[in-house]
Amino acid sequence: MKERLVLVGNGMAGVRTLEELLKLAPEEYDITVFGAEPYPNYNRIMLSPVLAGEKTIDEIILNDREWYESNGITLHTGDPVVEIDRINRRVVSASGMEVSYDRLLLATGSNPFIIPVPGSDLPGVIGFRDIADVDAMVEAAKTGKKAVVIGGGLLGLEAANGLMINGMDVTVVHLMDILMERQLDKPAAGMLRKSLEEKGMKFLMEAQTAEVLGEDHVTGLRFADDAQGRASVVGGRKPGTTEIEADLVVMAVGIRPAMDLAQKAGLYCERGVVVNDTMQTYDPRIYAVGECVQHRGQCYGLVAPLFEQAKVAANHLAKMGIARYEGSVTSTKLKVTGIDLFSAGEFNEEDGDETLVLQDPAQNMYKKLVVRDNRIKGAVMFGDTMDGTWYFQLLREGTDISAFRSTILFGQHDLGDAGHGDETRVAALSSDAEICGCNGVTKGDIIDAIQTKGLFTLDDVRAHTKASASCGSCTGLVEAILSSTVGEGYEAKPSKKPVCGCTEHSHDDVIRAIAEHELKDMPSVFSFLEWNTPDGCATCRPALNYYLLARWPEDYKDDAQSRFINERAHGNIQKDGTYSVVPRMFGGLCTPSDLRAIADVCDKYEVPEMKVTGGQRIDLFGVKKEDLPPLWKDLTDAGFVSGHAYGKAMRTVKTCAGKTWCRFGTQNSTGLGVKLEELTWGSWMPHKFKLAVSGCPRNCAEATIKDFGVVCVDSGYELHIGGNGGIKVRVTDLLCKVDTEEEVLEYCGAFTQMYREEAHYLERTAPWVERVGLGHIKERILEDEAERKALYERFKVGQKVAQVDPWKARAEGEAAHEFEPLKISA
Amino acid sequence: MSDWKKIAPLEDIPRLGSRVVEIEDGSIAVFRTGDDQVFAVRDACPHKNGPLSQGIVAGHTVTCPLHNWKIDLESGEALDPDEGCTNTYVAKVEEGMVYLQL
Ligand code: SRM
Ligand SMILES: Cc1cc2nc3c(=O)[nH]c(=O)nc-3n(C[C@H](O)[C@H](O)[C@H](O)COP(=O)(O)OP(=O)(O)OC[C@H]3O[C@@H](n4cnc5c(N)ncnc54)[C@H](O)[C@@H]3O)c2cc1C
Ligand code: SF4
Ligand code: FES
Repeated sequence: MKERLVLVGNGMAGVRTLEELLKLAPEEYDITVFGAEPYPNYNRIMLSPVLAGEKTIDEIILNDREWYESNGITLHTGDPVVEIDRINRRVVSASGMEVSYDRLLLATGSNPFIIPVPGSDLPGVIGFRDIADVDAMVEAAKTGKKAVVIGGGLLGLEAANGLMINGMDVTVVHLMDILMERQLDKPAAGMLRKSLEEKGMKFLMEAQTAEVLGEDHVTGLRFADDAQGRASVVGGRKPGTTEIEADLVVMAVGIRPAMDLAQKAGLYCERGVVVNDTMQTYDPRIYAVGECVQHRGQCYGLVAPLFEQAKVAANHLAKMGIARYEGSVTSTKLKVTGIDLFSAGEFNEEDGDETLVLQDPAQNMYKKLVVRDNRIKGAVMFGDTMDGTWYFQLLREGTDISAFRSTILFGQHDLGDAGHGDETRVAALSSDAEICGCNGVTKGDIIDAIQTKGLFTLDDVRAHTKASASCGSCTGLVEAILSSTVGEGYEAKPSKKPVCGCTEHSHDDVIRAIAEHELKDMPSVFSFLEWNTPDGCATCRPALNYYLLARWPEDYKDDAQSRFINERAHGNIQKDGTYSVVPRMFGGLCTPSDLRAIADVCDKYEVPEMKVTGGQRIDLFGVKKEDLPPLWKDLTDAGFVSGHAYGKAMRTVKTCAGKTWCRFGTQNSTGLGVKLEELTWGSWMPHKFKLAVSGCPRNCAEATIKDFGVVCVDSGYELHIGGNGGIKVRVTDLLCKVDTEEEVLEYCGAFTQMYREEAHYLERTAPWVERVGLGHIKERILEDEAERKALYERFKVGQKVAQVDPWKARAEGEAAHEFEPLKISA
Repeated sequence: MSDWKKIAPLEDIPRLGSRVVEIEDGSIAVFRTGDDQVFAVRDACPHKNGPLSQGIVAGHTVTCPLHNWKIDLESGEALDPDEGCTNTYVAKVEEGMVYLQL
């Protein structure tokens, strides 16, 4: 018999957990759900638009009754659970139903806090929590005129706005002197208040409710007087006048986790039901998620963190036992049409924080970022919130912003890169404007695909149109089109991105698991991290192959079938299925006999085209696959090794003429380039990796757009890191200056190894440096000599295995099956 | 008409890999999947004739090396959202030997 799972609370967090669970283990449990409300699961967030008449109840149902049925879930609505009998492991509902469980999931949400003043139980006093409350407000608006909303927070303002749209005269009463004080600072709150007043909303600030007036229905409110005996009501009212009329009072002063049931059952509760990082309560059979929960001292009241909790709980209910919830940073948007407001993180600065502010009263626009150690701690925006998601991402990922700090307030599209955009820019584009240059996809194509195929996510759009599926520089534009086409809705972006559809785990999770649990082959990774495909896919296998190789160079056996064809055949595949061959020329140096050997090879194998490459070498194009091994043999005999022009690997070291010839040269840049290439060639990398050495600051070898660049100066060598030519040009950061060639080699090896160990597969040094921050790299390479030396040693250990020329090996017969067709024998 | 033709011992095809068989009017890609099944399709992607034999094999699909279309090895059909189809051939393994019906 299957185990039984009972869910108490048919709301957003609980049902999301079931959805996640069904994805992981559809057959694990017989599931029963109890909901106090008479509806199937609906989108509570959308109650504000429902109240404002912008949406209907039908439109906000998330899982209709059919969904429960088709997933074999028994649903009891309108029947709250009143008792949990932990000894006999069963729950009892208000209607007297008893259901036993093997595991229980509590997701009872929270209740609006009703201020305990006389009269607060009068008819006409309500909270704003569920469909019944919305119905009550819409009903009240039909007869009554005056509404008072107590609480100037997110919920209160959304309620007030909705009531105003329903024709009521609305006053918001707030205890503090600024609105939404938990989300806004003073300037932003002031701007918000002004905008709402322009819409007709009234405010009574710093007013403390003392009593709800009325006999059999609410008629008004009375406020407390302050210590001076003066009414604490401000805002143009005469002192001493401490009452206000009301036909409806909405209390939106906060929520309290609904934990009565849990408390009665003897589960440990503080402000909420206390859970650990696996969402388990003090009773191991009982899990809890959502607003009713207290995790690491925090209770949450927004869906994004609750959905993360749901994922974790589902993982444990499915008995996979690996996910952890580690808390969330949240961000807030106000859903009042026409008012753009965003806030996230800690936006009130403390000692040691710096504040960046951009304010334009004429445009009613305000942006503030609170920064500490060049990382964003908090953000408040009013008027122009376009970049809110970007700031929030920088905040969550702890990105070092020093590189673009001076322009950060102007937004992402100001970073000077052709690809990033915002919604206004997108809106201004015509429908035949090309969005994705790589795949020739227009704005019209994308909108068409979104509408006809019902797409919702960036991945969907990528799959269906190929837009942003290649170089990715148009991702921002595609996202903007997506959000302007499907509308905002709520969207809970997971804070970690899985490697691919075969797993839930992020690149960092995988890297960590391989190291910590000594996973040394691919099947172990698949089984330990519970991959959901038998042999991965073309996205994850190359990544895993790299991570295993980088971590266990001496133990792991490279898996050719997990490599892209270029790395398997050691040449670049061309559009007609032939290959190109680029022999390595250390530092770009060559001799007459090298050139003669290359010329002979080209004659012998009738190579259709030769070209000097951008990397200072010679490319032979159009070689047939079966000719590769003999051609390589001839090159090998002439002393060449593979140039790895095809690999996620160390590529070229560009050099300039240098001191030997050039009248400006300060050091032997060519010779140093050769030494660097001898040190690093053959090394597999997360992405391609290029070096250059210039003999003086004229920088003819373009060292400042390389992954690792050296600029020679009279007194030594400047070391530069994280540069990139290509799709998005990035100039290097200066790492440091050193005195000797030996130090250049050591720092280069250490930096390379750090990148090899930490970066995500297919992340070049430029985005990696931006993600982790220059400070982090300096800390390990400059400030910690022992660490630098250890990294350099590890690099050299890996190189012992890596510096085996793949061409020579194949010329000698290795992997011959790769190059020879099969014959039909009978 | 169509006969079973002996191709090669199964172990000559790497697991999660392929070999190419030349026939009169082109090439056939013969794949061996992780579960040791064998599939044969024309070695030309429905997109732009990319050599499917050179792609990465996972499950019963191969990802074309040129522009990453995914092709179902059983049917020869491109997986959603791409559209197109390549010819398939019947293959079998008997006593460790791979045969194609040609
Ligand atoms: C052969 C060469 C062009 C040439 O004839 O000059 C070349 C050819 C290709 N480049 Fe490149 N790149 C070549 C130098 C460069 C340079 C210049 C340099 O290295 O100094 C750059 C800009 C510098 C940089 O990388 O920062 C360059 C930036 C790219 C990019 C964009 C990389 C980026 O991070 O934005 C790609 C696409 C990619 O890697 O995803 C790319 C990809 C390619 C590929 C591999 C496209 C592909 O996947 O098939 C081309 C292979 C052609 C072929 O079949 O052989 N190639 N490519 C150059 C080989 C140099 C060598 O000796 O190995
Ligand atoms: C008007 C409004 C606007 C909001 N706007 C946003 C927003 O813009 N962004 C955002 O992130 N969040 C917003 N929220 C908050 C968000 O809706 C909640 O965080 C989320 O719904 C909490 O999910 P939950 O599952 O914990 O609780 P709920 O969704 O409240 O679900 C709990 C359910 O359990 C039921 N229940 C309680 N006790 C029992 C019992 N003993 N037996 C059976 N059933 C029981 C309750 O009736 C309820 O249906 C808003 C909330 C409201 C009310
Ligand atoms: S720029 Fe590079 S990738 Fe683009 S066509 Fe030229 S060689 Fe190919
Ligand atoms: S030729 Fe196969 S995907 Fe383009």
